[in-house]
Amino acid sequence: MAKVVIPLGPQHPALKEPANFALSLDGERIIGAAVNLGYNHRGIEKACESRTFLQDVYLIERICGICSHSHSTAFINAVEEVAGAPAPKRAQWIRTLVAELERLHSHLLWLGVAGHELGFDTLFMYSWRDRELVLDLLALLTGNRVNYGINKLGGVRRDITKDDVEKIRPVVDALEERTKYYIDLVTTESTLAARMLDVGRLCHEDALTYGASGPVARAAAVDKDTRRDDPYSAYGEIPFDVITDDHADVYGRAVVRVKELLESCKIIRYVMDNLPEGPLEVKFPRKVPAGEAISRYEAPRGEDVHYVKCNGTDMPERVKVRAPTLANAASVALMLQGGFLADVPIVIAAIDPCFSCTDRMVAVKDENSGAEGVMDWESLRRYSIEWYMERGVSFENIQSERDS
Amino acid sequence: MSALHILVFPGLLFLALYALALQFVDRKVYARLQNRKGPPWFQPAADFVKLLGKETIVPNEANHFVFTALPVFALAAVTTAFLYVPIWGTSSALPFPGDVVVMMYLLAIIPLTFFLAGWNSSSMYAAIGSQRVLTQLFAYEVPLFMAILGPALLADTWSLSGIAAFYAQHPPMALLNLPGFGVALLATQGKLERVPFDTPEAETEIVAGAFTEYGGRLYAIFRLAVDMETVVLLGIMSVVFVPLFAGNPFLGFLIFLVKTLVMLFVLSVIKAVTARLRIEQMVRFCWMVLVPLSLGQLLIDLVAKGLME
Repeated sequence: MAKVVIPLGPQHPALKEPANFALSLDGERIIGAAVNLGYNHRGIEKACESRTFLQDVYLIERICGICSHSHSTAFINAVEEVAGAPAPKRAQWIRTLVAELERLHSHLLWLGVAGHELGFDTLFMYSWRDRELVLDLLALLTGNRVNYGINKLGGVRRDITKDDVEKIRPVVDALEERTKYYIDLVTTESTLAARMLDVGRLCHEDALTYGASGPVARAAAVDKDTRRDDPYSAYGEIPFDVITDDHADVYGRAVVRVKELLESCKIIRYVMDNLPEGPLEVKFPRKVPAGEAISRYEAPRGEDVHYVKCNGTDMPERVKVRAPTLANAASVALMLQGGFLADVPIVIAAIDPCFSCTDRMVAVKDENSGAEGVMDWESLRRYSIEWYMERGVSFENIQSERDS
Repeated sequence: MSALHILVFPGLLFLALYALALQFVDRKVYARLQNRKGPPWFQPAADFVKLLGKETIVPNEANHFVFTALPVFALAAVTTAFLYVPIWGTSSALPFPGDVVVMMYLLAIIPLTFFLAGWNSSSMYAAIGSQRVLTQLFAYEVPLFMAILGPALLADTWSLSGIAAFYAQHPPMALLNLPGFGVALLATQGKLERVPFDTPEAETEIVAGAFTEYGGRLYAIFRLAVDMETVVLLGIMSVVFVPLFAGNPFLGFLIFLVKTLVMLFVLSVIKAVTARLRIEQMVRFCWMVLVPLSLGQLLIDLVAKGLME
């Protein structure tokens, strides 16, 4: 069969968010892949500049529906650093607890998505059912299932009582049991192994070159975890292991994630046992003094980096968010190269992509003159019609219907 | 009498109703295995009626006649094939010597209609889907045919009714055919394009495979044909591999229902506990595992036949 270019996305059942992967195929083999992001730009960074820090926390929390706590903690850590008003110890520990619960639910969600992409819907149903346990816990602790809203500048909104701790324990025990089952499943189920082993390879050197982060990097034996390397919240005082694997393929990424579930359970138990007493928040100034800070955070999907520049008012001058998916997206084209069309969904899913968190502004730049410009709606429309005309898709009929 | 056979029982009407019933059982079992509640009993019928009421869209670039005729071909092929399956005893509605071969031929038409449907749709996803349909056809068809060939050789007949009559008289003989039964079950899973062999319509890869451009009435007919194919294939296996028959037509019919339901349960479990294989893994599995097994089955039956004489 001749070489064909097949577009995967922006609308495709394998993708939960719009993104485009242009795949050149030779039969079922992929001979070239291009990753095109940019369908989800929401202008959050710009919106932050015209809101107060207090409002920004609300906005930042909504960058991602899965790792909402990651983004808000990363942002708050940066602002607290500039303001010189770090949250008290107990608040830091509570943040850590919520962060690990979030990791549990994010990894369980990923496991389900991976199962679905591989046509293994039973795994999807199982792990999402278990994920409900975590979501219920989060609702109990914070009042919300998804955007928890427990973070506030200078502390946390809610305390964790002894009662709550007693409710968390049995759930964590149950989840640990389930996790052991999943580890067993992922490592021994033959059809799963057949679909994951040696699929989407990203070797150790490439992982470093392409700057992969999180489980994608750790699955390629890159021993990198911000929680240990640059501790924030309470991670400096909590013993835990960084999980690495040397399979460097989808299988390795799955193994790293399921094993991290166990580590998270361990951390949660440690936090519950050693939760320090003390105040929940410090008084936080309305206006933050001029200064800038970068904050790194190990989100479930990889390293999340926030940069905040303050100018002495109650609004930030610049907020920059680098979501983990941006670090990992670059390596997807490499992982797809030489693989099978059938493996594309799982290879993409294996970086646990979150495209709407990632998308930032796209500058339109003329390739020849190098001139940058802004396209208005009419020229954008004309451009798209011409683009499709070149590829043999005509909109003439649609246009005539519109005009008549 | 023939008209009754073709249109009502065991023909079109019964086949359609039983196909929907089996679809319900399949979905319910699959759901219960996945910790879900599953659909109510009328869901397959409701889905069918809803699809019938939807608009039928034919792609501009597709041949209109071929696009609309293919689902009917599939339905006709599977309905005809069902006439040769004994369902109330050891004799089918219209038995004749050699109906096994005719039936396998009719059942091979169905994937061909899928292939043509996808190819004619002029969509890239559908084209890749049809390519996979054909690739898969060459993988499962051989072991499936050989798995049925073995028992037929032992029974020394090319008629499904003859096979049924032979094994009704010599039930222990069916024990020899157990490897073939396993091969047939797995090959059936492939023929019906169910997990782990659902590569041709892998949703997360190629949308709906060959059916990507189909919708409305035409798609409803295709789906119904697939469900009917399930009944026919389970029916064939129930006759060839499970030597439980009764002289009483009513009792025989009940036994047929039980046999097919039990086999469907097995197929649903396979569907629930596996991940989708890649097409080349599927082909390798069929040729490296199923074909040798079915050859072994053939050998067993030949030796047994030699000993019998």
